[in-house]
Amino acid sequence: MNILRAASAGTLESSDALVMVSPGEGELAIDIESVVLPQFGAVIRQAVEEVAREMGVTAGIVRVNDRGALECTLRARVETALLRGTEAGT
Amino acid sequence: MIRSLLFVPGNSPAMLQNADIHGADALILDLEDAVALKEKDGARALVKHAVKALNFGGLPLVIRVNPLGSPYLEDDLLAMVPLRPAYLMPTKVSGAGDIQRISARMAEIEASRGMKSGCVGLLPLIETALGVENAFRIASSDPRVQGMLLGAEDLASDLGAARSKAGREIFYARGRMVMAARAAGILVFDTPFTDVDDEEGLEKDAGFAKSLGFDGKAAISPRHVAAINLAFSPTVVEINYAREVMAAIPKGEEAGLGVVSLHGKMVDKPIVERAKRVLAAARQLGLEGEDE
Amino acid sequence: MSKLAGSLREAITACGLKDGMTVSFHHHLRNGDHTLNQVLAEIAGMGIKNLRIEASSLFAVHAPLVEHIKNGVVTAIGTGYMSGPLARAVSEGILPGPARFRTHGGRPAAMERGTARVDVAFIAAPAADPMGNLSGVLGPAACGSLGYAMTDARYAGKVVALTDHLLPYPLFPASIQEDRVDYVVQLSSIGNPQGIVSGTTRMTRDPVALAIARLAARVIEHSGLIKDGFSFQTGAGGASLAVTQYLKPIMRRLNVRGSFGLGGITGYLVEMLEEGFFDSLLDVQCFDLKAVASIRDNPRHQEISAARYASPLAKSAAVDSLDAVVLGALEIDTDFNVNVHADSNGIIAGGSGGHADTAAGAKLAIVAAPLFRARLPIIVDRVLCVTTPGDTVDVLITQRGIAVNPGQPELKDRLVRAGLPVYDIVKLKEMAEGYTGVPAPVKPEGKVVGEVEYRDGRVIDVIRAVR
Repeated sequence: MNILRAASAGTLESSDALVMVSPGEGELAIDIESVVLPQFGAVIRQAVEEVAREMGVTAGIVRVNDRGALECTLRARVETALLRGTEAGT
Repeated sequence: MIRSLLFVPGNSPAMLQNADIHGADALILDLEDAVALKEKDGARALVKHAVKALNFGGLPLVIRVNPLGSPYLEDDLLAMVPLRPAYLMPTKVSGAGDIQRISARMAEIEASRGMKSGCVGLLPLIETALGVENAFRIASSDPRVQGMLLGAEDLASDLGAARSKAGREIFYARGRMVMAARAAGILVFDTPFTDVDDEEGLEKDAGFAKSLGFDGKAAISPRHVAAINLAFSPTVVEINYAREVMAAIPKGEEAGLGVVSLHGKMVDKPIVERAKRVLAAARQLGLEGEDE
Repeated sequence: MSKLAGSLREAITACGLKDGMTVSFHHHLRNGDHTLNQVLAEIAGMGIKNLRIEASSLFAVHAPLVEHIKNGVVTAIGTGYMSGPLARAVSEGILPGPARFRTHGGRPAAMERGTARVDVAFIAAPAADPMGNLSGVLGPAACGSLGYAMTDARYAGKVVALTDHLLPYPLFPASIQEDRVDYVVQLSSIGNPQGIVSGTTRMTRDPVALAIARLAARVIEHSGLIKDGFSFQTGAGGASLAVTQYLKPIMRRLNVRGSFGLGGITGYLVEMLEEGFFDSLLDVQCFDLKAVASIRDNPRHQEISAARYASPLAKSAAVDSLDAVVLGALEIDTDFNVNVHADSNGIIAGGSGGHADTAAGAKLAIVAAPLFRARLPIIVDRVLCVTTPGDTVDVLITQRGIAVNPGQPELKDRLVRAGLPVYDIVKLKEMAEGYTGVPAPVKPEGKVVGEVEYRDGRVIDVIRAVR
């Protein structure tokens, strides 16, 4: 499944994350900004990759601006952004 | 025992992750009014992931879904039923037919997931004039329905009445709801008090609801939970009186009296039943340790 | 004779300020202070270099210090607290040596020992007379107590008072008196009232902070300390301030009349004084206008010096008579050591203030903090920096549970018997990590940029540079 259009989900409030997706060629590019990057950067990346894989998204750009979201929040925001970016016509 | 049900906006991670620390007996995770139309999908995903990952202190979860006829209910049911919350809360329920349609769809989803049919209960929100008039039919429409909540804001608007703190405009609806719930043998919860800062008003409102027979009350703010719990817990006076009642019965029997009396008042069956209910509640709430 | 100097420069010159000397400042004007920046600009203009600053605290408003450090005007800092751009720059290693962090009680002790020497103290005074009698309660920049400045007045070689509200001799009431003051300089403004004190200290509405505060009040209730003569201190922020609002009904129910409220004083403590919950307030620092008005008008609201507040060398200090204190934490470790110096990435984000002093003095030192902030657990194996040693911290309170220092088994018993959610601190840490995951360790390994001096003068930890 490909990202068809730019879409986003979540917010920049504390404990949330703003996830922006956009179409792109080649491999899935993941860009992470986080208030807990030194502590959780790798874990955040892994979660984004997993959600994308589960949804069959293999190409495009995912940018995460994380404000200390718990893993469940992060996964939900990535899932919503990808759904919004991949569904035909919204 | 559910005295307080705390509303938690379904699209707020900060509120969701700490929803269980405020002392509420149950949580209402809200996909309806607390969520903007454009964020319905986001809230649904967030609640889904949160319920899977967090245990919410083991509290019973109620998920408030969007109304029948809205474009969101089907997706809500598809995403929420598999999470096995204690209850879904359908909104703007106006008749038994509404419940039966939702229940049938839930049964299909349960079956498709290999879940036991009927394992997710319903706690409908009654917030229209028609819903109040049909309260008993709704309460007895389906075995899933184990309780009802009165929603006074929408109801007042439906009635064309101004909503007030005194609540005269919902007096009939409150009485009717309690009557219907008791007749159907289900729980009944009162509408939330909407002034977050009026502690005294809340105490009065909750006390009044309890006096009408409500089992508990919803809260829109964590700050309301403690007062609601207090209002719907048996008081020390009630517990002590219930103990006296229970102690008086064997004494009366020993004395061979047909009628037992306590403080000059006859202790008859309804009084004994009430005493038993008070003591059961006290036991559940751990309030019995007050005596010797 | 008059001590009025014609200008700031005249006063600095008269004091004989030279390269390599130490100048001091107090922080009663907090983030509204105009004096430190004005004085250093003047000093820089005079070509004086290589100064040491001894401040009781430094805030975002003092960001111009960064430039003075770059230019070699300032080369060393001692302070009780540091935030804003200066803290960031110090964390990045801008100073030639480490900044020296002291506690509010440790600062007067260090001056008394002579380990912190001050050549010239610049004392911002909301009101002054021409002979150097100083008051904090009068004038446009009224800040209330001048408790921290009393130390500087007592120990500095020369004392320069800076005021924008000159009153006729003899000013009354004088917190600092003429026998300690060398010069008085009139400035157009010593501070911006909006930054000095908040109009009213706002009680938090954050439901998590309120839940923590409610639990903290119950811990105090069941600690056995709430009886007539009870004394109490709390911070002005978040959960700690909110404890006062839950303590009040408990004191009312138990019909207890407290002895004193201590510390940085807020309107909430003033209310409790006025309503008879406490007999007096001992005030080293006012946090809001209500506190300023109260210390001016109510004789039961007493101004105290930093030394009387918390100095370990004082023959006795108020913290030694304190029953309960509620403190915050950036981190706390499984040995109950608390860090309020460095944030989770090791960047300087505060300092002890009275944290370590009150923890050491109070019978019950409570740390109240959320179990995790954003995604970071509050409990760690080892804090990045020890501000307050664990053996002086009695209990940690979070929204999901309480951990009692194993050194306080009796307290633990009381809380367990009261049905409060008591856990081993390691369990509580695991509970937090259940939500957040286990954070990868962060350990700054640059040069030492800060030394944490405990109240007894020992350096108990260091802060290292971040990149």
